[in-house]
Amino acid sequence: MLLIFPILLPMMVAIAMGFSRLNKQKANTAAIIGALVHVFASGLLMVAILDRQAIALWVGSWPAPAGICLVADYLSAVMVLITGVIHTAVIVYARKDIGSSQIQAGFYPFMQLLTAAICGAFLTGDLFNLYVWFEVMLMASFGIMVMGHFPGRMTGTVKYVTMNLLSTLLLITAIGLIYGLTGTLNMADLHEKMALVENTALVNSLALLLITAFGIKSALFPLFFWLPASYHILPVPVSAFFAGMLTKVGVYAMIRLFTLVFAGDTSMTQPTLMVLAVLTMVSGVVAAASQMEIRRILSFHIISQVGYMVLGLSLFTPLALAGTLVYLVHHIIVKANLFLVSGLIQKAAGSFDLKHIGSLYKTHGLLSAGFFIPAFSLAGFPPLSGFWAKLLIIYACLESRHYILGAVAALVGLMTVFSMIKIWSEAFWKPLPGNDATLVAVKPLSAWMMAPVLGLALITILIGLFMEPVCRVALVAGEQLMNPVQYILAVKGGG
Amino acid sequence: MEALMALLVGLMIAAALYLMLSGLLVRFVFGFTLMGNAINLLIFTAGRLTYSDPPLINPGQTILAGQTANALPQALILTAIVIGFAMTTFLLILLARTFDQTRTLDADQPPFLCELPDTGPLASNINIPEKKG
Repeated sequence: MLLIFPILLPMMVAIAMGFSRLNKQKANTAAIIGALVHVFASGLLMVAILDRQAIALWVGSWPAPAGICLVADYLSAVMVLITGVIHTAVIVYARKDIGSSQIQAGFYPFMQLLTAAICGAFLTGDLFNLYVWFEVMLMASFGIMVMGHFPGRMTGTVKYVTMNLLSTLLLITAIGLIYGLTGTLNMADLHEKMALVENTALVNSLALLLITAFGIKSALFPLFFWLPASYHILPVPVSAFFAGMLTKVGVYAMIRLFTLVFAGDTSMTQPTLMVLAVLTMVSGVVAAASQMEIRRILSFHIISQVGYMVLGLSLFTPLALAGTLVYLVHHIIVKANLFLVSGLIQKAAGSFDLKHIGSLYKTHGLLSAGFFIPAFSLAGFPPLSGFWAKLLIIYACLESRHYILGAVAALVGLMTVFSMIKIWSEAFWKPLPGNDATLVAVKPLSAWMMAPVLGLALITILIGLFMEPVCRVALVAGEQLMNPVQYILAVKGGG
Repeated sequence: MEALMALLVGLMIAAALYLMLSGLLVRFVFGFTLMGNAINLLIFTAGRLTYSDPPLINPGQTILAGQTANALPQALILTAIVIGFAMTTFLLILLARTFDQTRTLDADQPPFLCELPDTGPLASNINIPEKKG
């Protein structure tokens, strides 16, 4: 029963919030309580997984291959938990950032629905159900994007909407063909039935179709153009949530499908994913170097970081998958945090554009710390979480004798440092351009907005310092993904 | 029959792609609906085409008797149709609202090409191009 709560709770809160959206105070409080309860439910699920490795729930008591089932293993449980954490941080930040007109337009219900859909995608054990959750996620994200009719936001939304609709069309095509090929849509069932299909050409083309569909979702090269065109036009808490979670749902779906459904023959998918991963990493980081708007720099870095995760997946070893999981968790926390910091920079200095801001180190010391920690974690400085995540991936590359891939991963890390130092020196160290420095008024920042930034920074440090237990869980998760016996047993047993 | 359906689906998807790539966003909507329908046909065909009875259990019996149609692809298609309908509606409204601001739905025109209009003062300075005939 634990499995249904992370999906059901936000949905119920969303409905309740639909009634309370006219009262800003009430809506704020209810949203924070809802988010905290969701984190609690996700925590309970994580505890249950640590105890029992994998659990499943037959929805409506229909037995597994026929009915829809919800399944959680280590990967799912960790992703659900991190969704809850980011959702809470973003909602706390939104308390002072989102105006009452946006709340009336339905900001909170949409956020809750989005959370429910993301958790649904992480927990479902059925391929068609995954498609449905993706659609719910899209609809909720569309709603948040157009909320408030800001000039200039519409064109970015059009790009986001069209690309994502195309991606779901590809996804449902692949699902239809998989059904035609095997007669089942249950992922655990597909693990066995897919291996029996003799027509490997058809299986490989389906795998490619899915790589394209999820490649659009997770912004892989060359399908990433919608992302930097749309993320920087959103309200800050929304862009933080999108940047942290949305692309990662695509990465999660790829991990799940390529370790569970297409696990048999990797002779074609492996090189494809490797090439895509390298191109994604390099193009993202190079494009980021040429940008001067903070959120666009960060958007391009999402792309390059997704490349690392796909690289970890493409190696298909337990260690690499463990590295991917650590990378996912690290990246979600750090990236959401950096987007929140960008909002604070805009609040403090008046602009997202690096050319127009400066001297924040002098005026906002705490904010500097709040940027410094996630930024250098992203760039991979020890002892922060990003260092270990990169280390695991590069180590897995070297271990499986892909030396060039390891070298590229290290090089991209170095180029990430360049972008982070650019933001640091331009926004924090450089004197304010064109202005007499003595005229700069220090704008105080709301504690409601500083708290999530510092909280997430603290989590980054803690993951870095307590890497050993984190790594142990990740290694178990990696083993579990490479050899999904527990997952399949749980689905068949329905317990 | 399957070959014929496959050919039809292929043609529909080709036409839909042509419409989607034309750069005019209204055509994208038509392409999107067309492709959605093509994919529904594809799922239908993937569930095997057979002449058979509806999958209804006769009174007094507990299992299906004889050859019946596969109900699952039809359930999938039904879901996909509903979702596609909602998405099309949203897309149309989004385009209508976008047109209010940009006065064009040609994706090759400046309002769609410049990536940094943002919410700042630049947004009001986009020079609105003449509508294409």
